[in-house]
Amino acid sequence: MSSSISKKTYKSILIYVVWIILSLITFFPIYWMFLISVRTRVELFDAPKLYQTTFYAMNYIRPLFIDIYGKYLYNSLIVATGNTVLVLICSVLATYALSRYRVKGDQNIFFWTITNRMAPPAAFMFPLFLLFSRVIVVGESRIFDTHIGLILVYCLFNLPFAIWLLKGIVDGIPTVIDDAARVDGASTLQIIWKLIVPLAAPGIAITALLSWIFAWNEYLFAATLTSVRARTITTGLTEFVTVVGTNWGEMAAIAIVCILPALIFLFLVQKYIVAGLTFGAVRE
Amino acid sequence: MNSSRTAWALLAPTLIILAFVGLLPFFYVLYVSFFDWNIFSKTGVMSWAGAENFRRLVFDADFLAALKRGIGFTCIAVSIEMVLGLTLAQLLMIRFKGRSIFRALHALPLTVAPIAVGATWRLMTIPGMGPVSYFLQQLGIDYNIGRSASQAFFTTVLMDIWHWTPFVTLTFLAGLSALPRAPFESAMVDGANRWQIFRHISLPMLRPVILTALFLRIMDALRIVDEVWMLTGGGPGTSTRYVGIHLWRIVFPKTDYGYGSAMSVLLLYFTIVLCWLLITAITQSRKGAGT
Repeated sequence: MSSSISKKTYKSILIYVVWIILSLITFFPIYWMFLISVRTRVELFDAPKLYQTTFYAMNYIRPLFIDIYGKYLYNSLIVATGNTVLVLICSVLATYALSRYRVKGDQNIFFWTITNRMAPPAAFMFPLFLLFSRVIVVGESRIFDTHIGLILVYCLFNLPFAIWLLKGIVDGIPTVIDDAARVDGASTLQIIWKLIVPLAAPGIAITALLSWIFAWNEYLFAATLTSVRARTITTGLTEFVTVVGTNWGEMAAIAIVCILPALIFLFLVQKYIVAGLTFGAVRE
Repeated sequence: MNSSRTAWALLAPTLIILAFVGLLPFFYVLYVSFFDWNIFSKTGVMSWAGAENFRRLVFDADFLAALKRGIGFTCIAVSIEMVLGLTLAQLLMIRFKGRSIFRALHALPLTVAPIAVGATWRLMTIPGMGPVSYFLQQLGIDYNIGRSASQAFFTTVLMDIWHWTPFVTLTFLAGLSALPRAPFESAMVDGANRWQIFRHISLPMLRPVILTALFLRIMDALRIVDEVWMLTGGGPGTSTRYVGIHLWRIVFPKTDYGYGSAMSVLLLYFTIVLCWLLITAITQSRKGAGT
């Protein structure tokens, strides 16, 4: 009896050891980046130390408040938030239609929207750049280097993702509820707004959070389709790497700012985020 | 009749936006790929080139090398991620105190912006300053991803494993948790050991999930740009210039629009074929599993 208990104890200790080591491997690169972000230039050239007792805030203050990175941060906020709102409105309406109505070719529509998520951005960048900067020109105004341009382009991957996630949730809401409301004379939009949205609220919230993170994290389109006015924080990050040398401390500081929102979200609602991050790859 | 009109009205905003950012660019790039259009050429106007751009593409050694490099990177990184992810998912199936905390920590890399992933790995591997290169140097190993092609290649593979193994783990974990309990219990009664249960029950039942994770990872690894660009800039030389980086950094700035478009079309074609294979394989394995 006692030997079986000790075997069990061994096993659970082993599990903890494995997961603590794995967590250290996962966390160390980010911890290291934080260390770099609070070090002065001089400190960086010492042998690498794994701890830090001083905090050099200029790495954060100079790029954000003196240089242009505050503006980039603002652009990222506008683009990510604008995209999330647009994606939510469109995806809730579309999901309701795909879930409740038999439309001719609805399977094809579903398949096509999902294929959009798979599209390599590097291949879409060519035509989008040409369209935004040279073809769709109204007078002097172009979509190139505008917030609205990025907001629309990010729908390419966020909209399919949102529909994919929400479909399962809306499918799970019994249609009896819609029918009852319809008998009472509610219009389709009223049903969606007053019944479906509240019932699917947790799922919608997670979809919103993840869409926001994906839009915030995006780099390739932002780098190609903006130049100055609508440049986002992720794009700004690469601007630290220059031929005349890189200010590693400031780059690390901006990278920390870049990953901070996602970190906060992850620890606030980790259970749901973790489930959503698998892109609903497993569904009943 | 009326109800299908409502459905289309509800779908309209989504379809219009996706047509604008998805279909329109697709047809436009297809159109441009048949033209010779270089804004630095004498006229700077489009002239019909037929399949000339595609002919050039097939003989473009740089492009083919980048494609091959990308496929090599994908094969190595994704196969390690699959094995590692499956193992870790099994480990996470065991109940223990604090499991959800470790799971959240494990998911951490997935939420980090790819460009910031590249930045962290770069900070870790700068010669002399990064801890990885510093400690390897103390051990007498000369590690410099700015100079050694093979070290740079394997560092990008390691970075991808760090970044994406959690995705595979979490997908498998969701798949494992959704499996019915009965077959496992009866196998246990019959005295099957852990490996036999895994090999003959978990693995076959997980087939659709494994395929889904595998294909999603293949697609993502093939189109990788941000992280690698931030870590190595595609170098040293061309050793980590995968196909996305090649298109974005080498072909795009040349403003040879027709040729770049042809390359985009070819990549999109590969994507569609892969997508189709994915859907077919998954639906078939679902049918095979009898669910």
